[in-house]
Amino acid sequence: MGVPAVSEIATTVVEREFGELALNMGPQHPSTHGVLRLVLHLSGETVVRAVPSIGYLHRGVEKLAEHLAYDQLPPVFERDDYLAPTANSHGFVIAAEALGKIEVPRRARWLRAWVAEWQRVASHLVWLGTLGLDLGGALGGGTTLYMYCFREREKILDLMESLTGTRFHTNFNMIGGARYDLDAATAARSQALAAEIGAALPSLAAMSGETPIFRERTRGVGVIPRELALSIGVTGPVLRGSGVAFDVRRAAPYDAYGELDFEVPVRAACDAEARFQVRMDEIAQSLALVRRIGDGLPSGPIFSRKPLKNPKATKLPAGEAYAAVESPRGELGFHIVSEGGPKPYRLKINAPSFRNLQVVPHVLPGGLVADVVAILGSLDPVMGDVDR
Amino acid sequence: MNAWLVAIGSSALVLGVAMTIVAYMTWLERKVAARMQNRIGPYEVGAPHGWLQPLADIAKLLVKEDITPRAADVLLFNLGPVLVVVPALVGFAFVPVAAGVAPVDHPYSFLFFTAFASLTLLGIFAAGWSSNNKYALLSALRLVAMVASYEIPMIVALLVPALLAGSFRLTDLVEAQRGLWFAAYPLIGQASFGIFLLCALAEGNKSPLDLLEAESELVAAYNVEYSGIKFALFYAGEYAHTLAICALGATVFLGGYLGPALLPGVVWLIAKTVALFVVVLWIRWSLMRMRIDQALRLNWLVLLPASLASLLAAAWWVARG
Amino acid sequence: MPAPEVVSALGVRFGAEAAPLGVTIPAASLLPAMRALRDTYGYRGYVTASAIERAAAFEVAHVVRNLDANDTLFVRVTAPKDLPEIDSLAFVYAGAEWHEREILDLFGIAFRGHPDPRRILLPDDYTGHPLRKDFAMDTPWGYRP
Repeated sequence: MGVPAVSEIATTVVEREFGELALNMGPQHPSTHGVLRLVLHLSGETVVRAVPSIGYLHRGVEKLAEHLAYDQLPPVFERDDYLAPTANSHGFVIAAEALGKIEVPRRARWLRAWVAEWQRVASHLVWLGTLGLDLGGALGGGTTLYMYCFREREKILDLMESLTGTRFHTNFNMIGGARYDLDAATAARSQALAAEIGAALPSLAAMSGETPIFRERTRGVGVIPRELALSIGVTGPVLRGSGVAFDVRRAAPYDAYGELDFEVPVRAACDAEARFQVRMDEIAQSLALVRRIGDGLPSGPIFSRKPLKNPKATKLPAGEAYAAVESPRGELGFHIVSEGGPKPYRLKINAPSFRNLQVVPHVLPGGLVADVVAILGSLDPVMGDVDR
Repeated sequence: MNAWLVAIGSSALVLGVAMTIVAYMTWLERKVAARMQNRIGPYEVGAPHGWLQPLADIAKLLVKEDITPRAADVLLFNLGPVLVVVPALVGFAFVPVAAGVAPVDHPYSFLFFTAFASLTLLGIFAAGWSSNNKYALLSALRLVAMVASYEIPMIVALLVPALLAGSFRLTDLVEAQRGLWFAAYPLIGQASFGIFLLCALAEGNKSPLDLLEAESELVAAYNVEYSGIKFALFYAGEYAHTLAICALGATVFLGGYLGPALLPGVVWLIAKTVALFVVVLWIRWSLMRMRIDQALRLNWLVLLPASLASLLAAAWWVARG
Repeated sequence: MPAPEVVSALGVRFGAEAAPLGVTIPAASLLPAMRALRDTYGYRGYVTASAIERAAAFEVAHVVRNLDANDTLFVRVTAPKDLPEIDSLAFVYAGAEWHEREILDLFGIAFRGHPDPRRILLPDDYTGHPLRKDFAMDTPWGYRP
């Protein structure tokens, strides 16, 4: 059986009754945050049913993980959630370190947290900019917000580039520590940048959340009640916007978070505006965290083991381990099953965007077409994370 | 014979000037938007300010492939862009450029102008329906709901200066502003001008009321199936329509060609039109988009009562002498 | 770390045995055990479902969480390789629906009572289950074993 011909591919979208319009927000669409296909059944402008279809970016990363050595895997996973790359490799390395009982030096743990918080700021700036594009359109006020957010994010990427050589997929985390060390000049630059972006935050908020039109578009839109949130399993800012104060950095502290003082923003309104406010507060908290880490960075080595020239020579003991990090999208967890060899026997990625996206068929019906983009923007899915 | 030559000559002149201004309004929009977003805008073509960008855009659009969807209603599909561009350009013929001088100086020129401004609705609806595309259809639905609704307060607000001037001839409306611009009249004039401006945003499909071509939801909506010269006509037609409404606003509310004698009246008229256009751009590039139910609520519950109230107030003012 | 009193309570009521990161439940008592976990023991949060192909059987681990007690539990069930079927939790935890679809897609384990048993990540007309150990890495697209 070969690839079916175009005429054989059935159109499975059927309008169920007279007056209902089935609209395909296909994989190519400016507002579906990547390659997400949403089939919307509309009655006028009201969404009656929403059927998401994912898998357009499925790359078989979990199967690939069974064929690569442990040290080869962090850069592969950085391409999953491509808007916060080091969060993926961070989750993987702490799971591998839990499995192999590998000690990580204190300085490395603080450095990994430093990168993670910068990635959170960068990812949330992308979220805010694209939310502006969704709500305001590429020919209107949204683009202005988008340009300002990306201008701030460029400064973060420049910082990463001067430190690691790449702007984005920095391959910063490795099993046993961090790959790059922070010198005095870059540390000073990081502190100054945190202050600079913190000073720009009020104007970003003024362009978005404080404008009446934005508030009207997000207030009461996409309400995810607390019980639904728990039952579906949403995570991250989506869960905290529904009143559940769960953050992996507090629940199962990893790296430097056990020693650092920070707040976890929670809102009880359960709507898109609550999720917006949670993320805005998280940007401010992350900037404060970056400065705190920079001030208190301990001295010492940055890794306790180095990847060997032949990666397959490193074996981790048999057993199972599960560890998670708080990525900008939520709990990003890795469940590693090992049989004592150089490669994982099974590696399961607990992807936050996959869990968050599942709420779509429950939350979209009843809203208007314009609410669809507002809700998707407030969920902030990254399709690389959904499909892996 | 002479009258025919004058008519054709003045039409050609008006069309030429109008189309040039429209083309350079696209350049102005991109520059204004860019500066608001901390960037530069068109820069390369016709360096250092990108003066030749509109010409490059027109040339590009003209050489693109002209596609008609197989299932589209061919007559309406081709008629759509025409119905959008022509009424907008016709409107320019009524605008007075000097005392008593206008290409068409008709006792009811004001009514004709507003009537022609409303014809673009038909063009967009024809495009949305005939494209045989659900996104275009949604856009056409929103058009009927929204733009048609916003026409009403706009026309009522425009009636206030006509009432105050006591005439439907645009030259009379301008002459009546020799003392004070209608936009500056206490309460009645200011309210009418504000309502007119909001409705002008809706008419020209500018954010926050650009639901029709909500690019992030409907992906260019009513002109999603158009390409090449038809798309160029839509593009130019939209700018011409907005500019025509700005010209109407400048004439009726801001005194048209009136201004200090150091510059000819035409220059003042164009300056005021462009200034109004820049205000529209300023609003467009700052604000997010409203949702359809919010936009309609604003129209029926706020703008329409306000415009009717100001009309009644103007009528009372005129009646008492 | 799974709370020991929960593990022992499950052992007494449903025949659960301790397993890495949680418990193993006999397949027959999966549904009542999960309902008890959700309603009685406060594990209201669903996290994910992880499937593993062991040498002799398939194993599915549903991960649930008690947010008040901050406890994450891996509840494992096994299914024999010649009849890989497990009861679906889609009506106990709403979030199980997509995770079970993913396992059905990539492993071929059927879930009895699932409301929408379609493939989720791979195309609808795909044949084969890639995460199985007998699915070669270099299986070309277009060849369906």
